[in-house]
Amino acid sequence: MDLSAINPVLLIASLMVAATPLLLAGIGELVVEKSGVLNLGVEGMMIVGAICGFAISVESGSPFVGLIAAMVGGAVLSLLFAFLTQYALANQVASGLALTLFGLGLSALMGQSYVGIKPPAMAKLDIPVLSDIPVLGPILFSHDPVLYVGIAIVAATWAFLKFSRAGLILRAVGESHDAAHALGYNVILVRCLAIMFGGACAGLGGAYISLIRVPQWTEGMTAGIGWIALALVVFASWKPWRVLLGAYLFGGISVLQLNLQAAGVAIPVEYLAMSPYLITILVLVIMSADKSSAPASLGRSFHASQ
Amino acid sequence: MIRLEKRPMPSRTLPMITPVIAVIITMIAGGALFAVLGKDPIEAIRTIFWDPVFGEFAFYYRPQLLVKAAPLILIAIGLSLGFRAGIWNIGAEGQYIMGAITGAAVGLAFYPTESIFIFPLMVVAAAIGGWAWGMIPAFLKVRFGTNEILVSLMLVYVAQNLLSSMALGLLKNPEGMGFPGSRNIATNASTSSWINEAAGLHWGIVFAFIAVIFAYILLYRHILGFNIQLSGEAPRAARFAGVNPTRLILFCLGVSGALAGMAGLFEVAGPAGQIKIGFNVGYGFTAIIVAFLGRLHPVGIVLAAMLMALTYIGGELAQGTLGLPSAAIQVFQGMLLFFLLALDLLTNYRIAILPRRAF
Repeated sequence: MDLSAINPVLLIASLMVAATPLLLAGIGELVVEKSGVLNLGVEGMMIVGAICGFAISVESGSPFVGLIAAMVGGAVLSLLFAFLTQYALANQVASGLALTLFGLGLSALMGQSYVGIKPPAMAKLDIPVLSDIPVLGPILFSHDPVLYVGIAIVAATWAFLKFSRAGLILRAVGESHDAAHALGYNVILVRCLAIMFGGACAGLGGAYISLIRVPQWTEGMTAGIGWIALALVVFASWKPWRVLLGAYLFGGISVLQLNLQAAGVAIPVEYLAMSPYLITILVLVIMSADKSSAPASLGRSFHASQ
Repeated sequence: MIRLEKRPMPSRTLPMITPVIAVIITMIAGGALFAVLGKDPIEAIRTIFWDPVFGEFAFYYRPQLLVKAAPLILIAIGLSLGFRAGIWNIGAEGQYIMGAITGAAVGLAFYPTESIFIFPLMVVAAAIGGWAWGMIPAFLKVRFGTNEILVSLMLVYVAQNLLSSMALGLLKNPEGMGFPGSRNIATNASTSSWINEAAGLHWGIVFAFIAVIFAYILLYRHILGFNIQLSGEAPRAARFAGVNPTRLILFCLGVSGALAGMAGLFEVAGPAGQIKIGFNVGYGFTAIIVAFLGRLHPVGIVLAAMLMALTYIGGELAQGTLGLPSAAIQVFQGMLLFFLLALDLLTNYRIAILPRRAF
């Protein structure tokens, strides 16, 4: 075992990469839950985004087109969920599960001819002076652009929810859909838009895994990150900046366990690989004590006749 | 103009009809999917749904139907209890793996002893293993209010890692020349779950039908079943009626864990044969679809499980004869759940076609 082989600067830099899919999916789900909808299909939307992004960037040769396609793919899949829960008034838990099961199958089907292919690489940011600063350079200034986009989305979501009128309406719909409806807001429309935003973010997060983090396509490659993103929203008490904090925490754990595996720690690989999931459970237990910050209408269906 | 009107009473007949309609719509949509993949849709549907039961080689496929349906029935029966009460155990796959590990471990511990008492012990161990794995989310929910959906799901990934650790370490076959995986326990009469392998009969099938009968009695002839139903439909009323939600959570998650654990053992000591990485093929997740498709009703679950088993067998058949990708069946199963959920609307609402109003 040689722990000195773990370079803290590279660890932090790779932690940020590992955290980004989680961050993107988590912030999308946060907006969805703020509007009062519980979408358990994050995993399904992520994996569909992963394959859409992968396939389109291989076909078009451009990772950017791929990322756009991933967002579209995630959003289109989330429309299915929106239709089921908002128009057909189906149970949100069951519909979310259906979305995940369907998404996993669909992605495996779509990805058959893409196994073993390398996608076009995305250029990393390389600012002449800044990227060369010893410690800060690799941590802050030499990542791929999507990582910064992720942080920007968190900031934008925070500002949107806190300062904009539309954000206020979204929160009102999530807290009390009956009151929002009585005030004349279109509850269903607001929720559908939130669900689509969540789908697009999850799709982008999935494509980040298949195009940048890994980068290749394997069946079921999201490996529960979508579910961890759901836990992340609980961890964050539905606050955007805490999603960032939580994502980096989880990213740190998964990178650290990979580093420990590589360094040959005496703990078997399988037990290290369990750790992100076990820590998610632990975090859920700690954070479950306080449910007061959850949107009051979370998970309840709305129909104007009720 | 079309709008939805709430029915004064939920329809009684529609819940029984909608699964059939959902299956038919899924067949049409699935046919379209197969056509997109460049396969003849009618031939694909016939290969999946007709040939395994009535085709030329049906004598080979028919016995497999129950072998594949049994774990689905066992798991779905357990899940249906919780789903009725609004307790969402979606980590049955993990409980299934844990049951298989503990049950097989007991069987392997006795190797090479031969006795008729070993198999019953294995079943008990598997039930305890699955039960214990199900009790983790249950305990965390009642003690800390933790969301059981996320915890039970996280535990699936933990169980999968534990499975690979067992297959590569503790339970590895010492005479396996270094290959991962345990000794084969299906070939040894004292640890095998087969009653008659050629006829496709193993103890899992027997237990599945016992579970169906018990679930039926519990749900429709026992106060506990009434309480489960009440908690799901009117949690407040249930609390006023003195239903203890804590005990209900522990009961539902415990029973579904134990049933999933036993299903895991019957699989590993029969069709799968040994503890190895990836022996679990997702029955724990498919059982969720089975539970919904069967309307959370024991008899419905049997029928739904048979249908799902048919899609598994037919899917394999279509893979061989038509080159249909295996993932197509997964998409097919997912679609089925979608259509079912969408059609459920009609149980509580009716579509009213109003004359267009003049504005």
